[in-house]
Amino acid sequence: MEILVYALYIVAFAMFILGLSGLTAPRSAVRGNKIAAAGMAVAFVATLIHIRETSSWLIIIAALVVGVIIGIPPARKVKMTAVPQLVALFNGVGGGTVALIAWGEFIESDGFTGLHVASGPVLPLVIASLFAAIIGSLSFWGSIVAFMKLQQILPGHPLSVGRLQQPLNAILFLGSIIAAVIVGIGSVGSGADPVWFGVILVLAGILGVTTVLPIGGADMPVVISLLNALTGLSAAAAGLALNNIAMIVAGMIVGASGSILTNLMAKAMNRSILSIVAGGFGGGGSKGASAAGSGDQIAKSTSAADAAIKLAYANQVIVVPGYGLAVAQAQHAVKDMAKVLEARGIEVKYAIHPVAGRMPGHMNVLLAEADVSYDAMKEMDDINDEFSRTDVTLVIGANDVTNPAARTDPNSPIFGMPVLNVTESRSVIVLKRSMSSGFAGVENPLFFGENTTMLFGDAKKSVAQVTEELKAL
Amino acid sequence: MDYTGFLANIAILVLSGFIGFAVISKVPNTLHTPLMSGTNAIHGIVVLGALVVLGTAENPGLPLQIISFVAIVFGTVNVIGGFVVTDRMLAMFKTRPVHTNTTTTSATDGKN
Repeated sequence: MEILVYALYIVAFAMFILGLSGLTAPRSAVRGNKIAAAGMAVAFVATLIHIRETSSWLIIIAALVVGVIIGIPPARKVKMTAVPQLVALFNGVGGGTVALIAWGEFIESDGFTGLHVASGPVLPLVIASLFAAIIGSLSFWGSIVAFMKLQQILPGHPLSVGRLQQPLNAILFLGSIIAAVIVGIGSVGSGADPVWFGVILVLAGILGVTTVLPIGGADMPVVISLLNALTGLSAAAAGLALNNIAMIVAGMIVGASGSILTNLMAKAMNRSILSIVAGGFGGGGSKGASAAGSGDQIAKSTSAADAAIKLAYANQVIVVPGYGLAVAQAQHAVKDMAKVLEARGIEVKYAIHPVAGRMPGHMNVLLAEADVSYDAMKEMDDINDEFSRTDVTLVIGANDVTNPAARTDPNSPIFGMPVLNVTESRSVIVLKRSMSSGFAGVENPLFFGENTTMLFGDAKKSVAQVTEELKAL
Repeated sequence: MDYTGFLANIAILVLSGFIGFAVISKVPNTLHTPLMSGTNAIHGIVVLGALVVLGTAENPGLPLQIISFVAIVFGTVNVIGGFVVTDRMLAMFKTRPVHTNTTTTSATDGKN
């Protein structure tokens, strides 16, 4: 029977890899996801065969039923704008599972002393379990904070204790390592006091909270991606400890892919992962940048009617969506406007910055929901040369990703970050609720530019008004 | 488990890491959210670990039962919720019937 279990695990992880390869192209992605889900079902059945002689069926079935009941409704009903927080939440419970598994093992093996009965590599297994406990707990609490920030239960701007932040995090990290070492040493003798395992979980959990709290909203794509990678790695560690190849392969693949994605996001912001995790971006705004903007310059405001006229006589329009579009749920309104423009023979494209929104690819999903063809969504490198050939650029709820100071002002805190060259287009219309600066807290000289006009108000309403005016023309 | 088995597992771990790098390097920006959500669902595989810990324990005490119960619930939420939401997202990227999409395609064809 154990051979069957092992064979099924091999089938399962082959399906994971096949499914993930499918996710690399829009055409095969739906099938890829289904293959991966089927692989999960295979691995699940194999595990049930493995534990067929258990006396705990009642608990297992009850837990599975509860999990399904809790898990499906939010996944079905969530609005596409709220996907980042849901992913954060799902990621968190995954990390929580890992931490609890390690805890369960600790109890079951009397503080890991049970592992010594068998001859074999005890220490590596104990280390893997402790790694899983630390990272799992960190990922759980970190994800919960990320969820609360995105859901706006907690404020999105960075919350920190100032200069003490780094030393505090270091102490928490060291503390959880020391507690882990005590548990590890205890496993050789008569087993450490269970309190120490609690200390590991608590300290790592607080570390998760204090690490994510100081990170601003604009950095969330990187954070979610990083937490996802960490949960994957902790799953792989738990797999090592339990000698479960399906967990090792699946966890490690997620860990690796999450690391790549995190790195891509960080690069798109021209910052290192370390500096993002260290937090503290945009609390007070920087001297150079705020001086450049808040002086005597005045932004020109415009009306929906004027904006409509500009758009109506353009040849090419580029829409630059940002988090504001998601907040206002304006994706359908934008699509309606694009339809009217296209009916007039105007070409409409969408310029999507890699870190626009609150998770990687967030804007693409929203626009896809509104039926925008993915051929019209352009990545930054593909569209940056086109702005100079564009009559009107419509910036909808995007800020930092359009900031020209990132290219021109070495004093700007975001100097060096690749941005969309919107200023090169003949005119720019910025749809914005107010003159407040973006999540990074950096002034944006774009708003005071020669060719820029501002259309204040809720993005959805503004776009709808412009569409009405266009129709009336 | 003996050392050979453990080292074999380490070998699998390392190779999986490379596969992860290789497969994911090719994903376009458009699919980053579904990809993250999909890999998020895949690490829900930890539910297996929770099942194994509880399922292989002889006479599990109440603490272990409670911990495992919560762990299985969490893991199931991660897996099921993750795959469902990914599927919903991907469904929106599907090529749609031509009639709903004519304006967009005709407009973009010219430039591509």
